[in-house]
Amino acid sequence: MMRSLSLELFHVCSVDGGYTRSLRNQFPKQRNPPLPIPVLKKRKRLRFTHSSFICSATLAVMADEKKKVFDVESAASLVKELRGSFNAGKTKSYEWRIAQLKGIEKMIDEREKDIIEALHEDLSKPEHEAFVSEISMSKGACKLALKELGHWMKPEKAKTSMTTYPSSAEIVSEPLGVVLVISTWNYPLLLSIDPVIGAIAAGNAVVLKPSEIAPATSTLLSKLLEEYLDNSSIRVVEGAVAETTALLEQKWDKIFYTGSPRVGRIVMAAAAKHLTPVTLELGGKCPVVVDSNVNLQVAARRIIAGKWGCNNGQACIAPDYIITTKDFAPKLIDVLRHELEEFFGKNPIESEDMSRIVSVQQFKRLTRLLDEDEVSDKIIIGGQSDENQLKIAPTILVDVPEDTEIMKEEIFGPLLPILTVENLEESFDVINSKSKPLAAYLFSENKQLQKDFVNNISAGGMLINDTILHLTVSSLPFGGVGESGMGSYHGKFSFDAFSHKKAVLYRGFTGESPARYPPYTPGKLKLLKTLTSGNIVSILLALLGFSKD
Amino acid sequence: MAEIENLEPDLEELRESYRSGKTKEASWRKSQLKGLLTLLKEQEKDIFKALEQDLGKHYAESYRDEVGTLTKSVNLALSSLKDWMSSRKAKLPIAAFPSTAEVFPEPLGLVLIISSWNFPFGLSLEPVIGAIAAGNSVVLKPSELAPASSSLLAKTIPTYLDKKAVKVIEGGAAVGEHLLRCKWDKIFFTGNVRVGRIVMTAAANHLTPVTLELGGKCPAIFDSFSSSWDKEMVIKRVLGGKFGACAGQACIAIDYILVQEGFAPTLLELLRNMTKKMFGENPRETKSMARIINKQHFLRLKNILDDPSVQSCIVHGGGVDEDNLFIEPTILMNPPLKASIMTDEIFGPLLPIITLKKIEDSIEFINSRPKALAIYVFTKNETLKRRIISETSSGSVTFNDAIIQYAADTIPFGGVGESGFGRYHGKFSFDTFTHEKAILRRSLLTEFWFRFPPWNDFKLALTKSAYSFDYFGFLLVLMGLKKNS
Repeated sequence: MMRSLSLELFHVCSVDGGYTRSLRNQFPKQRNPPLPIPVLKKRKRLRFTHSSFICSATLAVMADEKKKVFDVESAASLVKELRGSFNAGKTKSYEWRIAQLKGIEKMIDEREKDIIEALHEDLSKPEHEAFVSEISMSKGACKLALKELGHWMKPEKAKTSMTTYPSSAEIVSEPLGVVLVISTWNYPLLLSIDPVIGAIAAGNAVVLKPSEIAPATSTLLSKLLEEYLDNSSIRVVEGAVAETTALLEQKWDKIFYTGSPRVGRIVMAAAAKHLTPVTLELGGKCPVVVDSNVNLQVAARRIIAGKWGCNNGQACIAPDYIITTKDFAPKLIDVLRHELEEFFGKNPIESEDMSRIVSVQQFKRLTRLLDEDEVSDKIIIGGQSDENQLKIAPTILVDVPEDTEIMKEEIFGPLLPILTVENLEESFDVINSKSKPLAAYLFSENKQLQKDFVNNISAGGMLINDTILHLTVSSLPFGGVGESGMGSYHGKFSFDAFSHKKAVLYRGFTGESPARYPPYTPGKLKLLKTLTSGNIVSILLALLGFSKD
Repeated sequence: MAEIENLEPDLEELRESYRSGKTKEASWRKSQLKGLLTLLKEQEKDIFKALEQDLGKHYAESYRDEVGTLTKSVNLALSSLKDWMSSRKAKLPIAAFPSTAEVFPEPLGLVLIISSWNFPFGLSLEPVIGAIAAGNSVVLKPSELAPASSSLLAKTIPTYLDKKAVKVIEGGAAVGEHLLRCKWDKIFFTGNVRVGRIVMTAAANHLTPVTLELGGKCPAIFDSFSSSWDKEMVIKRVLGGKFGACAGQACIAIDYILVQEGFAPTLLELLRNMTKKMFGENPRETKSMARIINKQHFLRLKNILDDPSVQSCIVHGGGVDEDNLFIEPTILMNPPLKASIMTDEIFGPLLPIITLKKIEDSIEFINSRPKALAIYVFTKNETLKRRIISETSSGSVTFNDAIIQYAADTIPFGGVGESGFGRYHGKFSFDTFTHEKAILRRSLLTEFWFRFPPWNDFKLALTKSAYSFDYFGFLLVLMGLKKNS
């Protein structure tokens, strides 16, 4: 029961992360870790083998491994194979869906250690965080689907005045077909498994493309899904730009993408060729508005937990910047400083309780943000970084100018600017002048301000007096609006994201009005005329043939 | 071109109207819907005239398919508005107390509706109703192929609705392209697959969500009937769903019939007789069937018929009148499946009948083609009904009738696969133009102290117990009696 309330959190997507990077870098360059990072263990397995994909393409011999090239042809034959399974009706049955969901549950249970290890290798993610934000969230989604599936699959009776006439209607959820899930690196397990659960629950065949930026998890997913799930209908394709491009050229029945707006556009444009519907889970600059009437310690802790406690700010719903009043800012900063020290010690760079930055490139991007003129002198907490360990200390800045990069792009890291305003209502203009964020947070006891916040700010989701937690509530849709994406998922919404809602109407053979059919004689016209002057319901019913006269 | 350059101030005015917040007010939405209602009432005669001019639509048909249906939809939106606009509480576990969760419907912003010529009022205003009800500002681009209807919309909408928030922009492909380059918060498109792709590609530039209402070949499966009452009833509905729906120029019109070989002669006989009854011995004189929209479409249909392998399959009608852009109700028996009449959407008064060994073969026939917007099944066989629902995929399935699903508000109207995506009508129209914002409210009182770093095994053990709903274990850990395994 506490699941929804407790610690967990997140979700993620990056602005310039994940797949974006992959598009810039050809994948062979990614084959070795960029720098010797002490916390990394030696790789046990080869990466980027398409272990779950058997392809007939030529084999390219690479330095230390034989790698099968995944090209357009391979992608086409993969889709063809999965479509065969789908068309045979295999994935539609309740039993198949349950068996696969149980497979996922079992996989997470049995391989928890491996998963935690992979997450540590990719991100130095603390075990606690890995457990809370990835393992238990994935398991929770799986358990919910297992419990509710029968209910979700049932056709929904459509209540209609028509039912009193000789007709009835229902809405049938049917699988879309063969779907593609492209996930990202910051929550490499959760953001892969969560949509896959929805796709399976809805009865689709699935291809998952995990992010190559989190190579250990990608490889592990490829291995585990092959081992625990039905390979005739569920596959993993590992890789970077070339592989993704080959995949995007295929005709899918749905593409579910988590990542940056830039790549989101590419995905949607590719989908347009085949009229494929898309769900885009993107990011944005998520604001936190802090009122002066709040319990400061609780608010500060919740902001810290949502920022540095969530993959060190590398989460798409992590607080991106704070807006508070000029008078209150110093108090807020004091408490944040104190609580940060409580959580991560005097030298946070050394803390084991915080993830590292995922890659050198991301590290450089973040330090560049700090190095900008007019930014570097605004740092009041933190600012230290260690390129060898890819660590950046929790860093707080005050009143950074609006036209700096740090205030224009999604930060996606451990930097937190605080903007001060005279009057808290001014925060609405600040937020509305930017793209719509995935989440907007408000800490305030003022009911009127809460109401105005909800009415005047557009965001994917909103959370009052906390951060991140709305993500864990399966009865709430999770998804963006505007630049933060389109479509939503979690709980039943995941099932719906991968379903087509088919309208089914049953008609009987009685109760027919002749006015409905040609020839449109003067008598029928007269009837129509009479009806036009009367009650609209009866007119319609008469026209549609439901009335007795 | 001058007209195109002038668009930007218009769009800025619309954006400003949205930003001002007035379109979000329930009172504004209501007044606009009422304005639409008055428009439909006061302009009824002119609407009929425009439809007669553009499509030769009989006014009974115009009322049935456009004015009447729209009036019903506006009334539904008016009476349901309060309910649609209120946020929906989301369930939370009891342990989450004192938190509350809700889903708050918020308008998307400035939306673009591109409609089609075959139901120039219905397909324009039906989405407009949804967009307004949801609190958006709107640009409607009607089809230039139904010019009288387009200009009537452009003339009347500014007088009945708030012209600062709802605008009609007329024009052809150039205007359409120009509009697609602008940034919208939603694009709602009704039309064909080819343009649908263009619309979605353009939308991708601005990450704009789209609803695509496309078409496709909608099959009608015709099972064998024995009772003559049933036969007459379903034949009427088939013909009403083909020739009676804008002369087959409707995205949900019956495209072709699938029937069991043995029953085909009976079916043909019934269709012939009823066609005569409905449209007379000389259908060219009927006022009860619409004409073809324009010369180009007329020639497209004529070309389909001129294919010798198709020509030889005509078993009823086939006459064309180029001057009046009229094509007789035409029935064909087993035209070649490779001919364009069976590969492309017909969108006109040609009705091919395809015979199958068994009626159940229709499932495979349908599944080997792109997904249709609608499947019609005329049958009393419950097993066949169940099989159609579970073994085929389409926007909708209607049993023993055609077209009327368009008027049902409680089921979604929209396609799947090649027939489009997204849905509307009734509450679904409102949802299509709404962002469902998730809102969670927390109190600042309660807190689990083990939620925060620094992490240790003790906190992890507590967390694990909390996740596995193991309250007993949770207590044990808390009391220091249990170690993390």
